[in-house]
Amino acid sequence: MQEALKSLLLSLADDLLVIGHRNSEWTGMGPVLEEDIAFASMAQDKIGHALAFYELLHSLGEPEPDILAFTRQAADFRSCQLVEYPIGEYDFSLVRHFLFDYAYTTRLEALKSGSYAPLAALSERFLRELKYHTLHARTWVAQLGNATEEARLRMQSALNEALPMAYGIFEETPHTAGLVAEGIQPHEQELRDRWLAGISALIAGTPLKLPQPTAGDIRPYLGGRQGRHSEHLQPLLTEMTEVFAIDPAAAW
Amino acid sequence: MVTEAHIRNLLRVVKDPEIPTVSLVDMGVVHRIDLPANGGVHVELIPTFSGCPAMSVMALEVEQVLRKAGFAPVTVAMNKQVAWHSNMISEEGRKGLLEHGLSPPPHYDPNTQDYALEAATCPHCGSTRTVLKNPFGPTLCRAIHQCLDCQETFEQFKPV
Ligand SMILES: [Zn+2]
Repeated sequence: MQEALKSLLLSLADDLLVIGHRNSEWTGMGPVLEEDIAFASMAQDKIGHALAFYELLHSLGEPEPDILAFTRQAADFRSCQLVEYPIGEYDFSLVRHFLFDYAYTTRLEALKSGSYAPLAALSERFLRELKYHTLHARTWVAQLGNATEEARLRMQSALNEALPMAYGIFEETPHTAGLVAEGIQPHEQELRDRWLAGISALIAGTPLKLPQPTAGDIRPYLGGRQGRHSEHLQPLLTEMTEVFAIDPAAAW
Repeated sequence: MVTEAHIRNLLRVVKDPEIPTVSLVDMGVVHRIDLPANGGVHVELIPTFSGCPAMSVMALEVEQVLRKAGFAPVTVAMNKQVAWHSNMISEEGRKGLLEHGLSPPPHYDPNTQDYALEAATCPHCGSTRTVLKNPFGPTLCRAIHQCLDCQETFEQFKPV
């Protein structure tokens, strides 16, 4: 059981560490100063969450959080592929933030009432902070989705690109069944359906269209949960590791 | 006989570095105080916002204050299993927030956790006709609102 639990914690922590570092790349680059601050704040929260999950792993006998975060290679990361892609244009980062944060919220809601108490406690705390992240995401998605025709087209194309990546958040692993049996979390499919219901309702309030998973329309980006990643993850990890090697205390 | 209340009083000098008008006792982050028979003190703090950089500074200060007061050994630990929420800020703490120009977070029911992030009271004129301009302010714990009556932009300590 311990192994299944560890794999869940690792995938949570890795997702947050990677997306946190990606989104911190918007510092000084956002379309407006407020967005710089928002992305930096959300990145700070997520890296804080990652640290807490690594600490929980450490309490279960895994190495120190620093070692877990900054010394592993891409193949050892259990993050989904969605989080590792470069920040791209603002539309892509915004849509990714929207899809990821609603998925993360759905997962924490489930873990909060799951059977593993330390994780349930963390989930409850993080959900309160996440409310602001999802508020930010849905406000901007609605704003840009309803803005000019060009903005709408750009948002739609970002959504088409990011949705199949986001499906990979819910990749089943050989450990999933064990987690379900222990009452720690529901099936990934179940989480994905809850997530889809939530974001569908929000997207329905905008002129945007959620790509439908019919006739092979959506090819989920799978493999991340098993350590298979795009070429984009390793360079990011190398950069994070270099910062860590220069000043271990400053890395977080 | 040293009591928990005595330690709490001592710790009132430790302020949140980002909000110097509020002590960490009033912030509600002093979760537990143990007074073992060996003359030492063990303090357990709970973090406010997960990514808050001020927490480690405050933990260090707690240790120093208690050492100076003659306690040994002094240990300070972060308990991340307990969820802090903004209802834990005391009345004194809410006054301190206002003094610092921050609108205190509205009280909410922690069971339903059903609260409007958009609701705030203007610290300048007291109006509740306000709009949320940005859920992220200069620090993790602050959001930016604007008052529709006096037109001032103000910061709110977020309800979480
Ligand atoms: Zn006002």
